[in-house]
Parts: sequence; C-alpha cells; structure tokens
Amino acid sequence: MNAINQSGWKPEMGNAGETAPATFTGNKALMLEEALIFEIGTAATTGVDLADAPKVAARLGNLERHRDIGLPGLSEPETVRHYTRLSRQNYAIDLGFFPLGSCTMKHNPRLNEKVARMAGFADVHPLQPVETVQGALAVINELAMWLIQLTGMHGVAMTPKAGAHGELCGILCIKAALAARGDPRCVILVPESAHGTNPASAAFAGFSVENIPATSEGRVDLAALTARLGPDVAGVMITNPNTCGLFERDMKAISDAVHAAGGYVYCDGANFNAIVGRVRPGDLGIDAMHINLHKTFSTPHGGGGPGSGPVVLSEALSPYGPLPYTARNADGHYTLIEEETAQEYHPHSFGRMTAFHGQMGMFTRALSYIMSHGADGLRQVAEDAVLNANYILRSLEDVLEAPFAHSGPCMHEALFSDNGLADGFSTLDIAKGLIDEGYHPMTVYFPLVVHGAMLVEPTETESKATLDQFIGALRSVAERAKAGDPSLKSAPHHAPRRRLDETQAARKPVLVWREPEQLVAAE
Amino acid sequence: MTRFFTEDHEWIEVDGDTATVGITHYAQSQLGDIVFAEVPAAGATLKKGGDAAIVESVKAASDVYAPVSGTVIEGNDALEGDPALVNSDPEGEGWFFKLTLSDTSELDSLMNAAAYQAFVDGL
Amino acid sequence: MRYLPLTPSDRHAMLGIIGAKSIDDLFVDVPAQARLDGPIRGLPNHASEMAVERHFSTLARKNMTASQHPFFLGAGAYKHHVPASVDHITQRGEFLTAYTPYQPEIAQGTLQMLFEFQTQVARLFGCDVANASMYDGSTACWEAIGMAGRITKRTKAVLSSGLHPHYVSVAKTMARYTGDTLDTALPDLSAKTDSVRLLDAIDGETSCVVVQYPDILGRIEDLSAIAAKAHEHGALLIAVVTEPVALGAIKAPGDMGADIVVGEGQSLGVGLQFGGPYVGLFACKEKFVRQMPGRLCGETVDAQGKRGFVLTLSTREQHIRREKATSNICTNSGLCALAFSVHLTLLGEKGLRGLAQLNHALAVQAADRLTQIAGVELVNDSFFNEFTLKLPKEARPVVRALADHEILGGVSLGRLYPGTDALSKGLVVAVTEVVTSEDVETFAVALQEILA
Repeated sequence: MNAINQSGWKPEMGNAGETAPATFTGNKALMLEEALIFEIGTAATTGVDLADAPKVAARLGNLERHRDIGLPGLSEPETVRHYTRLSRQNYAIDLGFFPLGSCTMKHNPRLNEKVARMAGFADVHPLQPVETVQGALAVINELAMWLIQLTGMHGVAMTPKAGAHGELCGILCIKAALAARGDPRCVILVPESAHGTNPASAAFAGFSVENIPATSEGRVDLAALTARLGPDVAGVMITNPNTCGLFERDMKAISDAVHAAGGYVYCDGANFNAIVGRVRPGDLGIDAMHINLHKTFSTPHGGGGPGSGPVVLSEALSPYGPLPYTARNADGHYTLIEEETAQEYHPHSFGRMTAFHGQMGMFTRALSYIMSHGADGLRQVAEDAVLNANYILRSLEDVLEAPFAHSGPCMHEALFSDNGLADGFSTLDIAKGLIDEGYHPMTVYFPLVVHGAMLVEPTETESKATLDQFIGALRSVAERAKAGDPSLKSAPHHAPRRRLDETQAARKPVLVWREPEQLVAAE
Repeated sequence: MTRFFTEDHEWIEVDGDTATVGITHYAQSQLGDIVFAEVPAAGATLKKGGDAAIVESVKAASDVYAPVSGTVIEGNDALEGDPALVNSDPEGEGWFFKLTLSDTSELDSLMNAAAYQAFVDGL
Repeated sequence: MRYLPLTPSDRHAMLGIIGAKSIDDLFVDVPAQARLDGPIRGLPNHASEMAVERHFSTLARKNMTASQHPFFLGAGAYKHHVPASVDHITQRGEFLTAYTPYQPEIAQGTLQMLFEFQTQVARLFGCDVANASMYDGSTACWEAIGMAGRITKRTKAVLSSGLHPHYVSVAKTMARYTGDTLDTALPDLSAKTDSVRLLDAIDGETSCVVVQYPDILGRIEDLSAIAAKAHEHGALLIAVVTEPVALGAIKAPGDMGADIVVGEGQSLGVGLQFGGPYVGLFACKEKFVRQMPGRLCGETVDAQGKRGFVLTLSTREQHIRREKATSNICTNSGLCALAFSVHLTLLGEKGLRGLAQLNHALAVQAADRLTQIAGVELVNDSFFNEFTLKLPKEARPVVRALADHEILGGVSLGRLYPGTDALSKGLVVAVTEVVTSEDVETFAVALQEILA
C-alpha cells in the first residue's frame, strides 16, 4: 500500500436534516446582501484615472463650488461587484418566464444590442450636419417605412419617447386637425378597460373624458358608443386587442360610425404583438396608433425604460404630426425637416415634443429585430403569441375563473379573476406564491373591469415546455389559494425580500439616503 | 346634531348651519391604508358634488366630494401628520373639514344612518 | 426563425388541446375584410443574423463618428469618455431585461440602484429629493413648468433667453394645450444674459422663472438674485442643467435658491446616440414632493424588518390616477439612469471634480487658441466647457465646410435659431476631456483657412 494521504480530507454528506442557522454576514451563499454606495464608498475614492488639468485662470464667473457635493466613489472592482450583486436581486426575462400582461416581455435579441452599439449610431451627435449622419437618418427612415407598411397607415411620427408620450402625440394630432377646421369638439370617449394613460393623455390636451361601457363579453358596446356620438365628440381611444385580451370584432364599424359623426379614432397599440403581420390597423379605419417598440419590437425594458413610442397616422392626421422628421429625397439623400423648413414641407405640424430626433438607440434595435423576422416571421410572431395565450387559457380555466373564456379565443393574453379563492385570499397571494415558484407574476388588478384581475401574457418566445411547467405551477398555487393554505399569505418565502411595507413608504417618504447623524439631527 | 350620508361614502354631521365632513368607515375599509389626505383651506367655496378633498391610499387616490354647498371654516390639519387617523377613527378624529352650509335644503337628498347601512349592505 | 422556440409539432399538439383546427380559428374575431391571407407583400422575409449585421454595418459607415474626428459639439448633448465597466453593467440581463419594479421582492437590484440614483442627483443639484428619472432634459423642463403651475396655481412662466431652443419649443407645444403663457425671448450674442429682463418680468402672476445654467451660449451666472425676486412674488425658480459635469466645478442651483432643478443626464454614462434615449433629471425641495411628476423609489422595510425599497407615491401617476394624474410621464429612463449612476459612482466626488477641472481647463485653452484667428471673438466672459464664438461670417456654412475637412466643429446658432440674422455668426463650441491639443490645433488651422 502506498503512503496514505494524511491531510484529513474525507468526503461526507453532512447532516441534511439540520435547519440553516443565521449567518454572520446575513448572506445566504449566492444570495448576497449589498450595502448602499453611500455606506461603502468615500469622497476620496475614484474608479477612473484622469489626466491632470493644465493650470489656467478659471473663468467660472466666481461661482466655484466649494461645498462638498457628497458623492461617494468606488474603485472599478468595487463598482463592478456592487452592481453585479444588485443585479442578482432582480428577476429578468433572461432568467425566466415573465408573463406580465399588457407588457409583452419577450426575449431581447442580443443582435439588437450589438448593432445599437456600433459607433456609427452610438457615437454621433444629434446636431451634426445632416451630410455626416446619412446612415443614422437611413435607419430612422427604414424603420418608419416598415412601421407604415406593417400597419397600413399613411405616415408615422418617430419622436415620441414612450407609449404615453405617443398617446399624447396622437391626441395632439387630433386636437390640431380639429383646430384646423375650426371645430370645438371637446369629448374623448374611452372604454372602462383602457390603460390609465389613455384618459390621462386626453385630459392633458384639454379634452373631457367619458367612459364607454363594455358588453358582458368584455368588448366595447357598439350601440352605446354609437348613441353617444355627436357634434361634441372629438374621437375615441380604443385598445385593440383590448385589455381583456379580446379582439374588438366591431372595430371597423366603430371607426365608420366615429368618422361619420366627424370624430377620429385613436388606437392604443400596446397589444399590437397579437396581430402584427396578420391585421393592419389601417384596414380597420384607425387614424392614429402608437407602437411600443419595447413591446412588439423587442427593445429591452431596462427595468423601467427607456421606451419608444412612434405613432402611425392616417392620411387625415399626418399633416399635423410633430417635428422633426426625416425625409428621403428622390436622389436617395436624407434630410431632416426641422423648424427651419417646416413652413415649406410640414406647415400644419403641432410642433416639437422633445429635443432631437427620438429614441435612436431603440430605432436601431427595433429595425434589427424587424429585419431578422421579416414579413413572414412577424406573422409567425403574432400566431405563436396568440397560440401560447390560448394554450394557457384553456389549460387553466378549470381551476381559475376566466371571465371572458366564453367570448371566444383570446388574443395574446389570458385573463383570470380571483373569484372562487378561499376567504381572505386574493390575486396578490397568487402573485407572491408564483414568485416562490421562480416566476415573475402576471399583471395583477388590471384591467379594472374584472375583480382581482390576473392578466397572463406569455409572448411567442416561450417554449411549450416552459408553458407546461408554468401551468403546473399556477395550478398548484391556485389550488393552495382555494384551499386557504396560510403559508401562501406570507409568500414569498424565498425571494431576497419578504413582502415590503408600502404603507410606511408612502406615509413617510424616504427618497434619498441621509447620513445617520443627519437623521438624528433632523429629529 | 344630525348625521347624514352620501352614496359616495361621505358623512356629514350638521349642527345648525355648520357641519363636519369625513369619509365613512366603509370607505376607509375599501381604500385600505390611507397614506395622505389633502383637505381644503378655510375660506374655500364648495359646491355640492364638487371636488373638496383628496384621499390617497397605497392603491388609489380618490376625490372626496362636498355633500352640500358651503364655505370651508377649517380643514383637519391633523391628517397631514397622521393620515392613519382616517383608518383608525374615520367618523371621529379622522374628519376632513368643517363648513358653513349655504343651503340647508340640500340635506334633504342625503341618507340617514339606517338608509346608508342598507345602501352599503346592497353593494 | 431563431427567436421562436415552438416547433410545428408543438403547435399541432397545442391547437389540439385548445380545440382549434388551425391557427386561423384563433383569429376568427378579426373581420374577414381585415384578415391578411399571407405575409404582407412588398416586404422582405426573415434574414440571418449575419445579413442583418452587414446591413447595419453598411449604414453605420456612412456616419461621421465623434471618436474618430476632432469633435466640438455640445448644445445639450456632450461627448465624454464612458468607462468600459458602465456598458458591461448595463448589458447585464438582470438590468437590461427586467421590467419596471412593480414586484419589489424580486426587483431590489433596480430599486436600490434608483434610490442611489435619486440621492446622487439630489446632491449634485443641491436639492432635497429627486425622482427616478424622466424621458430627457426637454420633457423634464416642461414637466417642471407644469409642476410650478400646480404649486402656485398660476399660469405665467418666464423663460430665460438662454434656455435651449428645443426646450423652449417643447414648452411652447405643451403650453398651447394647458393654457399656460410663456414669456420668451431670443438670446443676444453677448456676454450678458437677460437676467434684467427676467427680474422685470416677475410679478404676482408669475408661476416660475426658468433659467438654464450654464446657458445655451455657455454663460454662467449667479441665480441668487432671480431666486430672491421670484420668492418675493410667490413664484418658483426652475434651473435647467444640460451639462451635469459642470456641477463638479460650479455651485449647485439648489444652493442658490432654485426650487426645482431639472437636467439632461446624457453626459454621464449614456453617450451621444444621435439624440436618444437620454435621461431626464428632476429634483426639488422636499415640500413639493407630492406635486412631483414621475416615478419615485422610497425606502421601507420588509415583513421581517429588513431594509428594502419600493416604488412609492404612485397614486400621482396616470396608470392609477387616470385623467387626474400629475403629468403625462408614465415610464422613466431606467437603463440610462443606471448608466448615469454607475458612471457617477466610478467618478465619485474626487473624479467628478477632477473631470470638471480638466474640461474647464481644456476649454479655456481652446478658447484662447481659437480667438487668435483674425476676426474670431469670444462672446462669453464666463463658461464651463462650452463657449460661443462670433465668426466674421455666417457660421452654418463654416460648420459644413469643417465637416468636409473631417472636423465636427461645433453647433452653429443658425442651426438652432434658423432665420435669426443677429445670431447667424454664432458658433457654440464644446471642449471636453476627449479633445486633445492636436484636435484643437487641427480645428484652428482649418477654421482659419475657411474664414480666410
């Protein structure tokens, strides 16, 4: 026998039955707590090396900042670790299924990121002479052409920075069109199931907002809508497919009635993913529709923006769209129509909504996605998104109430309610239970027309195996909620934090960090 | 003193031509934890059914309507520092404002306690 | 199609479970006349990753990039060196592909970052509190005017002539619909700002005065007198900062009495990106917090007493408050806020101050060199990293001629104020740490040649 290794090493499995003790650090292996930069950084630390400034006489108008700013610095390794640790406390599409209804959390292709970072797009200034940015203008123009073709519309305003900004753009076009014909119409009709941003956008522009009732099927009540139309109605704002996940069958009839009564039709395009490549909103009589590039066209949500909300416009509204916009000349050269040339080329514009040309970094990503799919692929996107949603609806309607399941197939999202859960159990408990199962919850308590609404939008980028496992998990959580399992009331148990006290946060808002001694002094 | 109620879940306690207004126990229970209340300033003129105050819970911001027309005498400043009063004592310490009534006949359209209870039971 | 995981047999099996014969059965609610029977004609079909990348490379090559040429543009967007780790962090999927943190138990990463961001912005601006970001500087500026109207219940806003003309345009567009009146003026090509005009215009009807700092021509002025006069009349002072790096060198607007300070955060972390996405910064005094637009992140505790963060005061926002919301903004600019915050964390107090000093010193040297050219005058008495030159002829064709020399030589006032003859000779020149002395020399030589 050779010499025996005397180091003491012996494999053993330990005692699996012991409960975990609290750790010294508060960390739990890969689940790492992380302090604030204000607690770990110092004013003297920096993670960048800078050249020394040449000695010059300052020309700062005697306004030198002497007082400490209070900005902590970290070295580069500490910085990378700080944010990497924070990142691991986030759920994300890259990590798992994210069926947030109305938000279209689809896979974000990395090719999009790569092209957006090409220096030719990422490293050009918005006020460079147009001759030096022909490629950037070409991207905006190519994306604009795709959006027009995919929607069957006449024009597109590219500058709105997000969905709500796009809604405002469309509403301002309607306002400008009415003003141009001297028409004082002041009412916008909005269905009860609309996104909250719809009435907010209309109200901002000075319209009064009236609700349109829904039928028991969860669709706009055409008769009630038609009855309300008249010389004071400027238009309607309709989401189609709607927020109950249903296609508005009467959309064309609605548009025709609104047009006959002298109004305009705004469509909230948040749910365009369900119909892209299969239906063109222009064929349904829409006058304006915003497109959330961060939903249908896969630009990243980024933990809350930046979004991008171009607005496609009908022939009637196109003359009123905002400045600036790009145009392609007959010789293939691109120009920018800004205030300078607006009088000549776009005299009826309602004006500028933002500095510069819109969300260029999102335009490159969206165009990359659209070209990757092409006309055939985008059609498949809508089909798979709708197929996945119906698969979830039909697989779970026996365990969760689906209020509109009788209304026909759903589009890209399936709507459930909390009817039938045990006393004291609600949608919130199901959502928190799903967190423990490793999912991001669905959209909860929206749309408002359904009690305890749960809106599940799987998108087309999920496999059948993912859907099957989610269906099993939601079924299990729903059964626990129906049986009144008390452990569900305290979920999530396995997330980086337990349920957070939102009441305390709102009653005494703490929005910035203060030194502990500052806090004492303040009290 | 007589207490009346509205279908929008305000209560109003009338003493001669002045009155105190707040939201009902039922309203606070539906809203959940109240985090903020904005009450009208003394001197403000209110019209029956018009916006008078704002009450915010974690989930919603709601308008409180004037149950009757009148002129505000006093807003309840205690709610600024302690909005939880609306949860703990909605029909007492958690009152919103006091006003002078401009038309006592407007009270005729309001409910008494029994009628309001029946109304809530029917919801 | 590489982004679609369902196989034909998956689709077949799923249709069976749903009880549909074909996918068309799921689209029965679409009116027949609006159903497309196949891919939209006239559009190309799907393309490989390589083909798409090649298309973009071709287009990218047609643009003149800031890094590869002497570069002097500013006027609301600035070229700074962004450390490599900033982009590494923003590309992490947990930040890039997360949604708005509505489920705080599994979004503490984004929430803590936003809380840190809010604190950084508040301190940089000299304010008590800041929000979780806006679309960009121009929309933040308009939102501040709207907020001042809500607080003062007045509708007259007085805008400095030194405010970025795009910001003025955005405010004009919005004011048409809200009934606000804007008192505006064009700048003079001189060292003096129009603070006298502002002081004269403030009265008991004024909701706010809006002053850019440093202004569109790069001038810097003390805001204290304007703040005092505004407060005397019950109006608010809104300061607009389009170059936050400046606040590493000059006093914070909040410390001079500004009630609301807004800005464009692009210059830290975000990059030029041909104008967007950028990140609007928004800070104010604590007493105004409930009138503030946009998302706010706040500190709280979880059910076990551990510190955590949530989005708070959301009832002001339109997804809940609907037609009574405080503003039109619904989202924020989360990923750009992350980039801003990471860059500022890497800099820290020491780095930001060093960076600001370096920018100012290089700008001073460049101004000295460029004004050696016959007929070229410096308009500013004071400036940070951007100043305005008065050329002996119209500046706009000069900028185009410089581009022919492969030099991106500033922003002409003719571009910003088309048709205003009095400003047409103005050229706004920005000089940051990316500009070398060789770049300045190349610029000076070419400018001299073009002007000759």
